[in-house]
Amino acid sequence: MAAVHGDVHGHGHDDHHPTGIMRWVTTTNHKDIGTMYLWFSLAMFFTGGFLAMGIRAELFQPGIQILEPELFNSFTTLHGLIMVFGAIMPAFVGFANWQIPMMVGAPDMAFARMNNWSFWLLIPAALLLISSFFVPGGAAAGGWTFYPPLSTQGGLGVDMMLFAVHILGASSIMGSINIITTVLNMRAPGMTLMKMPLFVWTWLITAYLLVLAMPVLAGVVTMLITDRHFGTSFFNAAGGGDPVLFQHIFWFFGHPEVYIMILPAFGIVSEIIPTFSRKPLFGYSSMVYATASIAILSCIVWAHHMFTSGMPTVGQLFFMYATMLIAVPTGVKVFNWTATMWKGEMTFETPMLFAIGFIFLFVIGGFSGVICAIVPIDIQVQDTYYVIAHFHYVLVSGALFALFGGAYYWLPKWTGHMYDETLGKWHFWLSMIFFNMAFFVQHFLGLAGMPRRIPDYALQFADFNMISSLGAFGFGLTQLLFVYIVIKCIRSKEPAPEKPWDGAKTLEWTHLPTPAPYHSFETPPVVK
Amino acid sequence: MAIKDKMENNLTMMKKLLVFTVVMFVFGYAMVPFYEKFCEVAGINNLLQPDTLTQEQETDTARWVTIELDANTRGLPWDFKPLQRSVRVHPGESVEVMYEIINNSEREITGQAIPSYSPRFLDKHLKKFECFCFTRQVLKPKEVRQMPVQFVIEPTLPKEFHTITISYTFFELPVGTPAISEK
Repeated sequence: MAAVHGDVHGHGHDDHHPTGIMRWVTTTNHKDIGTMYLWFSLAMFFTGGFLAMGIRAELFQPGIQILEPELFNSFTTLHGLIMVFGAIMPAFVGFANWQIPMMVGAPDMAFARMNNWSFWLLIPAALLLISSFFVPGGAAAGGWTFYPPLSTQGGLGVDMMLFAVHILGASSIMGSINIITTVLNMRAPGMTLMKMPLFVWTWLITAYLLVLAMPVLAGVVTMLITDRHFGTSFFNAAGGGDPVLFQHIFWFFGHPEVYIMILPAFGIVSEIIPTFSRKPLFGYSSMVYATASIAILSCIVWAHHMFTSGMPTVGQLFFMYATMLIAVPTGVKVFNWTATMWKGEMTFETPMLFAIGFIFLFVIGGFSGVICAIVPIDIQVQDTYYVIAHFHYVLVSGALFALFGGAYYWLPKWTGHMYDETLGKWHFWLSMIFFNMAFFVQHFLGLAGMPRRIPDYALQFADFNMISSLGAFGFGLTQLLFVYIVIKCIRSKEPAPEKPWDGAKTLEWTHLPTPAPYHSFETPPVVK
Repeated sequence: MAIKDKMENNLTMMKKLLVFTVVMFVFGYAMVPFYEKFCEVAGINNLLQPDTLTQEQETDTARWVTIELDANTRGLPWDFKPLQRSVRVHPGESVEVMYEIINNSEREITGQAIPSYSPRFLDKHLKKFECFCFTRQVLKPKEVRQMPVQFVIEPTLPKEFHTITISYTFFELPVGTPAISEK
C-alpha cells in the first residue's frame, strides 16, 4: 500500500437516525447493513449447522436411527442451500458492506437504499427455506443442486425452495451492482485501482462473477418453475427436453459460484497475513492478476461436475485440463502468502492463526480438487464422501476460517472493544482439531466407496463415520464459543486500542478512529 | 466532482450492470437452443432421428448377438409390449421387431416413446431406419396398434458384448405438443 496522508477525522459527527427496531428496518448506513448481514449469516450458519448435526447424528452408526430417509434427504439438501446462500455468501456481503467504503475512502455504498433492500430480501427467502420443512410433502429433498427430474416432481417444498433461490439471487445481484459501483466510482482521490486493498479487489472481481452467474441461475430456476407449473418441457424428456441440459446450465452458474465463495476469503487472508507479518503483501499485482485469472477460468470448467453424464472424451479432456489450469493462479496466491510471511516479524494472534489455518487446509482442499479434476479418478469418486471431504476443506476451512479470521481482525474496529484473545485461540485450535477429525476421515470413506446423500451405510464404514460424527459434534459446539466471544466483545467495557494491530496499513486503521464512527469519510481522504 | 455528477455516474453504472444482468439471464435461455444444436452437430443423443445406411454393411456371421427387448409406460393407461422377448442376430444383419400398444382408457391419448440402450454407447453401433419413436402416437379409446422397428447392429460393436438391451418408455404428451422429431 502506498503511504497515506490526511487527518484522522470523523469525531463528533451528529447522528440523526431513528432508534429501536426502525433504525434497523429503515437504515441505509453501510455499517448497520453490514452488521445485519453478519448477524443474519451467523443465524443461518447455526440453522445449517443444526441440519449438519442431524446428518452426522444419523450417520453416527449404520442403520436408520433418528431421521427417516426422506427427512434425511431434506436435511442434506437444505444444509447445502442454507450454508451456501444463507451463511457464506451473506457473510461476505456483510464484510463488503462494512469494509469496502472504509477501505476505499467512500462515505457509504453507492446506492444506499438498494443496499437496504438487498438485505431485507434475505429474510423472506430464509423464512421460505426454513418453513418448507413444515408444509405437506416436506422440504426439497433432491440435493442442493436440485437436479430434475427430482426437482420437477416434489411438492410445495420444492416451489418454496425455488422461490427462495430466486429471491436470494436478486438480492445478490443488487448487492454486487452496489459493490461494483462503489469500488469503481467512489474511491478517494489518489486511490488508484492498483492501490486498492486486496480485499476490495477480490470483492470487485467476485461482484462481476455474481452479475455474470446469478442471472443464469435465475434463468434455470425460471425454467424449472415453468416446467413444473406451465407445461414447458425444458428438462422433461417426454416433452423433448433433457435433464442433462439442466446440469449444464446449473453448473455454468455453479462453478463461478464456488469462486464467489472463495475469492473474498482470499481477500481477507491477503489483508491479515501482511498485517501480522509486518511486511507488505508479496507480489501485490500478481495477486490481482491471479484473482482475475481464476475468475475467468472459473467460467469454462463447469462440466467437470458432469464427467459421468455421458460426455464425449474430447469434452472431458477439455474440462479436465481447464480445471487443472486453475491450480496455477491459485498456486501463485499460496506462494505469495508464504513469501509474505517469509522473514516477517510474525505474531500469532487469533486472526493470523485462522489465516494460517486457512492456507494450510485450503491447500489440502485444493489438492483434492485437482485429484477430482482427473477424469478417471472423478468417475470413481463422483458422489462419494471424497467429494464431500474436498468441498468442506475449501468451504469450511477455506471460506469459513477466513470469515472467522476477518471477524477477529475487524471486531475491534467495528465494536470498539477487544475480543478475548485466549478464548479466540481456544476457538481456533478446537475448530482446527474437530474440523480435521470430522472431514479428514471422509477422504478414506469416499475412496472406499461410501456414497454421499445416503442415510445408511455398509458396516465397514462404521468406525470412520463415528470419528467423523464426533468431530462434527465437537466442531458444532465450538462455534457456540464464537458467539460467546463476539457477545463478550460487544458488551466489554474496556475500549480497544486505537490501532490494535501495528502492522495494519489500510485506510480504516490509519485514517479512522476505533470504533469506526457511524459516518466516515464524508470528506474523502487523500491517498498518495 | 460535484455530488450530482457523482450520482449520475453511479446511475449510469447501475444501468450498464442491469443491462448486463438481463443479457446474462437471456444467455441462460440461449443455452437451450445452443445445446440442442451442439448435440445435433456433435451427434450426441441423436436417438429420435432415422438413420440412413451410408454403405453396404457386411454381415459378421462369425458371431451372434442377443437383443433383449423391453417396454415401459410412465403415467399413461397403455399396455405396451414387444411381441417377442428377444431376437438373436448376426451383427450387420437387418432386423425387424414388432411392438404392440393398447389404449385401455376411454379417451384419446397422445404418447411419445423415448429409447434407452444398454450398454449406453450402443447408439454408436445401432442404425435405426424405422421406429414408432420417430413420431408421436395417437391412440383412440381401446385402440390396438402394432408397430415395427427396423435396425441394424453394426459389426463395429465390440466383441465382448453378446447381449444388448433396447428399451422404450412411452410418456404422455399434452394435447397439441408436436413430437420431438417434428419440432
